[in-house]
Amino acid sequence: MSNLLNISSSPHVRDKSSTQSIMWCVVLALMPATIFGIFNFGYKAAILIVACMATCILTEFIWQKAMKLPITISDGSAALTGLLLALNLSSTFPVWMAVIGSVFAIIIVKQLFGGLGQNFMNPALGARCFLMVSFAGKMTSFTYDGVTGATPLNIIKNGDKAADIADILAAGDGTTQVSTSVLNMFIGNIGGTIGETSALALLIGAAFLLVIKVINWKIPVFYIGTFAVFALIFGGRGFDITYLAAEICGGGLMLGAFFMATDYVTSPITPKGQILFGVLLGVLTGVFRIFGASAEGVSYAIIICNLLVPLIEKITIPVPFGKEGIKDGN
Amino acid sequence: MNTCVERLKNGIITENPTFVMMLGMCPTLAVTSSAMNGLGMGLTTTAVLILSNAFISLLRKVIPDKVRIPAFIVVVASFVTIIQLLLQAFIPALNSALGVYIPLIVVNCIILGRAEAYASKNPVIPSIFDGLGMGLGFTVGLTLIGICREVLGGGAIFGVQFIPEDFHITFFVLAPGAFLVLAFLTAAQNKLKMPSATNVAGGDSSMACGGNCAQCTGASCVANKGIIEAERVAAKAAKAQAAKEAAAKAKAAKEAAAAKAAEKKED
Repeated sequence: MSNLLNISSSPHVRDKSSTQSIMWCVVLALMPATIFGIFNFGYKAAILIVACMATCILTEFIWQKAMKLPITISDGSAALTGLLLALNLSSTFPVWMAVIGSVFAIIIVKQLFGGLGQNFMNPALGARCFLMVSFAGKMTSFTYDGVTGATPLNIIKNGDKAADIADILAAGDGTTQVSTSVLNMFIGNIGGTIGETSALALLIGAAFLLVIKVINWKIPVFYIGTFAVFALIFGGRGFDITYLAAEICGGGLMLGAFFMATDYVTSPITPKGQILFGVLLGVLTGVFRIFGASAEGVSYAIIICNLLVPLIEKITIPVPFGKEGIKDGN
Repeated sequence: MNTCVERLKNGIITENPTFVMMLGMCPTLAVTSSAMNGLGMGLTTTAVLILSNAFISLLRKVIPDKVRIPAFIVVVASFVTIIQLLLQAFIPALNSALGVYIPLIVVNCIILGRAEAYASKNPVIPSIFDGLGMGLGFTVGLTLIGICREVLGGGAIFGVQFIPEDFHITFFVLAPGAFLVLAFLTAAQNKLKMPSATNVAGGDSSMACGGNCAQCTGASCVANKGIIEAERVAAKAAKAQAAKEAAAKAKAAKEAAAAKAAEKKED
């Protein structure tokens, strides 16, 4: 039968994209940050990235084989989880701990809940938080250029509220004399996890994803926007653009906003829901960073909002066409 | 004597309060950060359970039905107070490790559950063994969880360190580790088909859901034994009714036959 005469029920418009193509696009988009991370932190970062990706793929393969499920390692989701997890680790993190984290991500966060599409939170972030709770010391020890010191975010958090941000950053953390600036934070010549340091490299990848429409602008824009407003109001530094730039470029905000909060499985599908999700993320990150004990709060904010996604979707169900004027859904 | 052995087996294996009935989750998750704490909590609960079961069984004909729950609570609370004072006097280390969870034994649903389901309906000796079985089942559950968490999170068993500090996964000593270990042990129990009430091949007739966790798809069985019990009572009543009717019919037939015979005689 010719395609012209073929009659079928909706959907009529189909897209060529598949899980596989989307996953590998995201991996590709993370390449600038990955390469920059390896350039920045050396071969140890490369070992960590390879170990995480290999463990994730292998774990998924073994689990699906043992449970007699269809093998889905070629869809790239396990590789992406491994890459994201590695980018969320400090370059000095022991490899065996990263391997445990990868197994946790794949088996406990993803496969036990039914595999790809059923995971209740982002597997890479779930594993990051597991590692954070388990090995807090190793997770928060960052080395840059052979010197272990505080991240710029920590320096700002502990710094004098009245002093100028540029001066605080230039002074470093006092003990190791690591001097830095907001420009360095944007380019990425600072201490931190492998993938989060360079806002520039992450923005290049994010722009690629936005152009090929793998991700939607709503979540990252509302996330970063809400966080910026929150930091301006509660940051205690008044309207200080340098402070704002440092807070946005520092830590995992860029990586989280563009690559992890936009995960299809754990973000809302309705436009209204995505806006609400982004706002919630921004507020929570602000609360954790400004009022919390730690200087960083992106990962906890994202996994908490992941858990709220079913509720967000429940209150943002779009009204079907033709039912706008009718109340109570009758 | 057979009942006693059956009660012990029921408490430890068939209806294990931790892994099968999922009762007493608050102390299960909260105090099992080490094997010693788990064991201590389990044995403390066992002592309270035996004593309260024995006393409630003794008083079962005295306690009016309408106020039985407050009466049970008073009995349980008295024993918990006694046990807590004893712990404070003789094992102060355990007392401070368990903290607020000792007074909370009063509201532990295993104890109230056994009082309501067993001790208030059965004689003293089986009730004591029921309490002992359930308590030991609880102890086994808590100790197993405690061992797993202590080994993974603290690298030790009963305080004996054998894994260096660098290899401790702190996650397991903290609250989320408790949930994870409990879930994995329960899953293992179901997967290995231990002889519990929820693992009977082809299902257990005394459970509304069929009693087969491996086949279970979700919350299809909220009111469990109540439904079965009601069905049984209804079936029994129907049977009795049928028997009565049959008897009446037979009687009528007999009378009719007798009347016929009498008629024949008269002829």
